Amino acid sequence: MDITLIWYLVPALVMFCCGVYGFLTRRNMIAMLISLELMLNAVDINFVVFNRYLFPHSMEGWMFTLFGIAIAAAETALAIAIIINLFRVSKNIDVRDATKMKN
Amino acid sequence: MESVGSTIFYWIIALSIVIFSVLTVTTRKILRAATYLLFVLFATAALYFKLDYEFLGSVQIAVYAGGIVVLFVFAILLTTHPGDNSEQLASRKKVLGLVGALAAAGACGWALCSRCADIFTSLPSMENPTMHRIGEAMLGTGHEQYLLPFEAVSVLLLACIIGGVVIARKR
Amino acid sequence: MDITIPILILAIPLFMFIFLGLVGVKMSHKLAGTLGTLGMGTVLILSYYTAFTYYFSGNPAFIDGTNRLQAVIFDQTWLQFTPSLAIKLGFLLDPISAMMLIVIPTISFMVHVYSLGYMHGEKGFQRYYAFLSLFSFSMLGLVVATNIFQMYIFWELVGASSFLLIGFFYTLPSAVSACKKAFIVTRFADLGFLIGILVLSFYTRELDFLPMTQNPAGVLASFEGASFLGASALTWALVLIFTGGMGKSAMLPLHIWLPDAMEGPTPVSALIHAATMVVAGVYLVARLFPLYMLEDAALMFITVVGAATAFYAAMVACAQIDIKRILAFSTISQIAFMMVSLGVASRNNVAIHEGLGYMASMFHLFTHAMFKALLFLGAGALIHAVHSNNYTAMGGLRKYMPVTHITFLIGCLAIAGIFPFAGFWSKDEILAACFANGTFWGIWMMMVAAMTAFYMFRMYFLVFWWDNPDYEKEHHGHRPHDPGLAMSLPLVFLALVSTVAGFIHFGEFVTFDGHEYQIHINWAIAGLSMGIAVVSIIFAGWLYAKKNDRPKRMADSCRWLWTAAHRRFYWDEIYLFITRRIIFDGICKPIAWFDRHIIDGTMDGLAFITNKASVAIKGFQSGKVQMYIWWYLMGAVVLGLIVAVCVL
Repeated sequence: MDITLIWYLVPALVMFCCGVYGFLTRRNMIAMLISLELMLNAVDINFVVFNRYLFPHSMEGWMFTLFGIAIAAAETALAIAIIINLFRVSKNIDVRDATKMKN
Repeated sequence: MESVGSTIFYWIIALSIVIFSVLTVTTRKILRAATYLLFVLFATAALYFKLDYEFLGSVQIAVYAGGIVVLFVFAILLTTHPGDNSEQLASRKKVLGLVGALAAAGACGWALCSRCADIFTSLPSMENPTMHRIGEAMLGTGHEQYLLPFEAVSVLLLACIIGGVVIARKR
Repeated sequence: MDITIPILILAIPLFMFIFLGLVGVKMSHKLAGTLGTLGMGTVLILSYYTAFTYYFSGNPAFIDGTNRLQAVIFDQTWLQFTPSLAIKLGFLLDPISAMMLIVIPTISFMVHVYSLGYMHGEKGFQRYYAFLSLFSFSMLGLVVATNIFQMYIFWELVGASSFLLIGFFYTLPSAVSACKKAFIVTRFADLGFLIGILVLSFYTRELDFLPMTQNPAGVLASFEGASFLGASALTWALVLIFTGGMGKSAMLPLHIWLPDAMEGPTPVSALIHAATMVVAGVYLVARLFPLYMLEDAALMFITVVGAATAFYAAMVACAQIDIKRILAFSTISQIAFMMVSLGVASRNNVAIHEGLGYMASMFHLFTHAMFKALLFLGAGALIHAVHSNNYTAMGGLRKYMPVTHITFLIGCLAIAGIFPFAGFWSKDEILAACFANGTFWGIWMMMVAAMTAFYMFRMYFLVFWWDNPDYEKEHHGHRPHDPGLAMSLPLVFLALVSTVAGFIHFGEFVTFDGHEYQIHINWAIAGLSMGIAVVSIIFAGWLYAKKNDRPKRMADSCRWLWTAAHRRFYWDEIYLFITRRIIFDGICKPIAWFDRHIIDGTMDGLAFITNKASVAIKGFQSGKVQMYIWWYLMGAVVLGLIVAVCVL
């Protein structure tokens, strides 16, 4: 059987939708962040797959994924710093408690 | 036509991505969610390897699995007591999440179907990008070369380190 | 002639106004009053000198043989708008402005002196003198104006100073409403004046008086063919300019402000509302008289307005109680005499010298200023003595106030036109001019003259004869007495002037065309009018010399007429009706409704909708991150679908 482009896109889409679902339903901020990572990862897969299948001789999607990974790392580090700070203030990391910009 | 081994390898990857993704967002134990995420990331890395992007797969494992997930685990251990379950979700909340997810899936599916000519492309042959080529692409300034984003990301990472320290430090 | 003195004549009162206005509150009453009076005295001397130079020096700039010339002493460009349009300020000397240079400072100085006594101890004494100086400055600037725009500027300035002085006792609601009334009514009239100026200068391309008045044919030519609503544009311009004069000179139907203006201090009434400012309308017509001569329609209009006003005011004056109001209506009537006199001086009048009416008008202006100021100052003395404006509080005062009595009597005789007092001569000339124009006007004005004699002596008898109230009881042991020297001296001086002013050969000094004009007393008319005046006086004496019930019976026999006259023939009510019922209720209220409900309603509606919409959507800003995400996602999906549908 020939593995075509769509074979890779479907798992990526499922991963993305799982990320969306998790982001919308989980209340734990770290869980939300994990969902966010899922979405980012799905997007990275798409970039790579499109690059590989449609434009095998260039490297745009590849590079984009590389930068995406770097930025995801940065974003995660920062978000976790914020979450820990919030935890220090309100003793939990439920997103419903983080409705105030200032306290 | 792919070899049978390749096809089996694909199915392992695809199934683990789907299964572990769903588990990640449905488990009620946060530490398990992080673990499932790790599996998803590994599967993704394997996918990259399968598409002949070894460098990218290595980066995926090193940064995501080695860096980010460790960060998650630390954060989880810092902020939750072991054995804590997150509360049962209200059905309204679930419905909202499902609607959102399905809407996103529908929109993406629509977009995919509207380009059905492209999505059944077979895997073309390709020379693996050598380290030499990758290095030139990242540090060159010519066509399809990315020195400026590379430097920008460097600055961003620096800023993140400083910002993270500033935000998280004790007052 | 050197320009220093004319400039000083204008500058001193202006300086006094600024000086007293700025630092007056820091000085004592006595010092402020003395300074103001001294300033006015200086102006008086300088003006007399200027007028004397003009009339008697024989300077070729002023007189050519027997022909008096109009001389521009200086004319300084003030505002240069375009090369052809500039507003100038200047000083024009001609027979009438020189005459006004005698009248205004004389009366003003007398009032300054008189006020030292009359306004003694009043709050705002310094302010009062500052305003008096402002008025004197404005009035002098008005009469010496070289161009019509300068005249308009000073015209408004006298209006403003009149406003300030009527409202001097600004804590009294009646004074406040009176000054507003005076200002608003004259402002309306001045709108006509301004339009008239614009029309006139639009056609003639000229603001200066002399090029217009010395070349009436050219003015006529420049208006050639222009007409509007059946009347020529020149007639319109002249009538509109005269409208301004009607407002200032209180002609029908714009007279309503003058009786109320008596709320101001009495010396102010004497200065502004009897002698000087109210004759500005007459002066305006006289200044532009060569143009009015061109248009019989305009002259006819002036005559009719003047005659109607004279009769009306005389009727009303017979039924007033407040002595200042009687004098106010008398003033209106006498100014109307001057207007009529100008109006009948038509060029078609072949029977007599065309300038007779003009000369008579100016002569009457001169004499009237003297004796009316005298009467007002006398009334001020009476009010000062009995603390009431109404003759009902007076009576038998001749025994208590002999000086006031004699001077007031002289004033009454002068205004009634009894030989040899001043009014006799000037009124005789006016009547002669009227008869020369037409018997109707002559008889009409003679009747008004008889009424003048009657109402003046009615007042005189009621104040000085009639009953003898118990003053000591009413005023806690104080008997009314003659005022002090500061108030008596002006009375005596003006009484002397009123006695002898008629003997001036006025025709030698002020004539229409500058040529000397010999006054011939028309003894038939003079004798007749004086006879009628004497009869009127005797009649008034029969009614009012001793307390009796004849006046009451007479009033009862035609009660409606008396009431109507007492209520001034309901002019104020008519104005109130027009303003309240027609303008306010009929026009302003619908507009206000429109503003409140349609325009405001639209704005309120917008605010209401915005407010409701904000309340409705503020729930989105819940701070719940996941809801934000959900909406964001839906938006993204919809956008994606739109893009997919439209692009793909």
